[in-house]
Amino acid sequence: MIKYLIEKEFKQIFRNLIIPKIIVALPLMAMLVFPWAANHEIKNINVDIVDNDHSAYSKRLINKIAASSYFVLSCVSSDNAEALKNVESGQTDIILEIQPDFEKHLTVERIANVMISANGVNGMKGILSASYMSGIVDEFASELNSEQISTAANRPTINVVPHNLFNVFMDYKVFMLPALIVMLLTVICGFLPALNIVSEKESGTIEQINVTPVGKFAFIISKLIPYWLIGFFVLNFCLILIALVYGLTPAGNIFTIYFFSAVYILAVSGIGLVISNYSENMQQSMFTIFFFIIVMILMSGLFTPVASMPQWAQNITIINPLKYFIQVMRMIFLKGSAPPHLTEQFATLCCFALIFNIWAVLSYRKCK
Amino acid sequence: MISKVIETRNLTKRFGDFTAVDNINLDVFKGEIFGFLGANGAGKTTAMRMLCGLSKPTSGQGFVAGFDIARQQEDVKKHIGYMSQKFSLYEDLKVWENIRLFAGIYRTKNHEIAAKTDSVLAKIGLSSERNALVKKIPLGWKQKLAFSVAVFHNPAIVFLDEPTGGVDPVTRRRFWELIYEAAADGITVFVTTHYMDEAEYCNRVSIMVDGKIEAIDTPQHLRRQFNANNMDEVFRKLARKAERNDNG
Repeated sequence: MIKYLIEKEFKQIFRNLIIPKIIVALPLMAMLVFPWAANHEIKNINVDIVDNDHSAYSKRLINKIAASSYFVLSCVSSDNAEALKNVESGQTDIILEIQPDFEKHLTVERIANVMISANGVNGMKGILSASYMSGIVDEFASELNSEQISTAANRPTINVVPHNLFNVFMDYKVFMLPALIVMLLTVICGFLPALNIVSEKESGTIEQINVTPVGKFAFIISKLIPYWLIGFFVLNFCLILIALVYGLTPAGNIFTIYFFSAVYILAVSGIGLVISNYSENMQQSMFTIFFFIIVMILMSGLFTPVASMPQWAQNITIINPLKYFIQVMRMIFLKGSAPPHLTEQFATLCCFALIFNIWAVLSYRKCK
Repeated sequence: MISKVIETRNLTKRFGDFTAVDNINLDVFKGEIFGFLGANGAGKTTAMRMLCGLSKPTSGQGFVAGFDIARQQEDVKKHIGYMSQKFSLYEDLKVWENIRLFAGIYRTKNHEIAAKTDSVLAKIGLSSERNALVKKIPLGWKQKLAFSVAVFHNPAIVFLDEPTGGVDPVTRRRFWELIYEAAADGITVFVTTHYMDEAEYCNRVSIMVDGKIEAIDTPQHLRRQFNANNMDEVFRKLARKAERNDNG
């Protein structure tokens, strides 16, 4: 019996004018465009420099800043007030003020002050640009130190050389891509089932099904399996795309990824089906699944780390299946984690899959 | 003694404080064509949905094909066919695909499906439309297809909810021929209609007014009882006292 129902689902999906196209277009978009857009590295920071010294050293520092790929030297103002006006008007993101006698202090006292003022409207951008700027100033200082090593009294300097584990070049894309795959699976395998049963309600075809002896379990399975296969197609499509375009392949075993995806897709499709069962029309169902997916994505650690959320928000993420799968994907992709390290996530995802699908079977009512 | 296919005792359905179906008692016998008449809003569809196991009775009892409609809905469903008022086959499937789907759901053997599909399509004159998407064919053909799907698995009884609504007279006539053929095959037919000429085609009819069955007998007896020339007059006389319908 299930065979005929699944056959019917596939015919309907492939005859749909839009769905098959979206199933191909979304992964392309998500894999080729999003990683460049969803990037936390801040570049092209407009910097305004107030140079009160006009010395050789101050010029050198300015050149160094202008040469960095992070900063664009937007203007050189004569005083701090003028620079602040530029910040207000939005032309400038950060001000570097060089004190008078900068060079003199450096050579004589070996200490000089600069002031960094960053626009904090976008907190993240402000903090990052200020820290990039102080990095450059530090570098400038140690350059001066090493030049004078032979002449002046030696100062011990400690150089911290960062070594980043797992993502050696701190490439944001490598961090985002595995998580974007998860987001994609959530959107495709969550939305489509959510709209499925309710569309049968709207067209009235569910009535003809409800009057047959078709089992509730068989009916739900027949709705799940097509999305499960579509999910696998999307997953493989993404894996191939990122291998070809970014040269990124999972550090761990690909079968671990398949294994987890199999469970995860069932869980999100289950959520979709539950919503579909409770909705009376497409509008309700669309709106509800949209609400849940937005919340799940924003609270998953996809863009912002869960660990930096307040405790109450972290408590909410405990019931977010997306969070666990994103953790798993990043761990497999970047660290090459094997199943023994992922048992907690696996157990949790299995629970979600079971709960939502049992709920979907129970909430599907053939008789009111 | 002819066996009863449908039997209800004080069957009632309430929605809040509105009583859609009010204590109906009904016996339908094997092989009958039973006309279930009533004005709009009289409660026909609600009663039919209860008999099909789509809706739970609020009180009273009902048996269809020997199964309790309140407790054994899934068993009831194995022995009935149903054609709803609103066309509800899959419009995005082809004609043969709809037949195959429902045949498969009723566990018809795979090799039987193909042969039987051919004979059914020949019977309703849709052989050439076999590969047409259902949304592309006219309403009259859709109705014939829906009927064929409803009786494909040889149910004990088939429920037809206004099967000829919006269909032209020639197709309507052809449709009734199909109903007679099904009845000749031993399938009991339970049909609602608003066309009183169709009521004359039934072996027995009941007329529902405001959720209650006001009359139940053969068309001939009803005409005599209400001193009327045809079923149309019988219907008018009974429906006049209705309080909740929209067309008096």
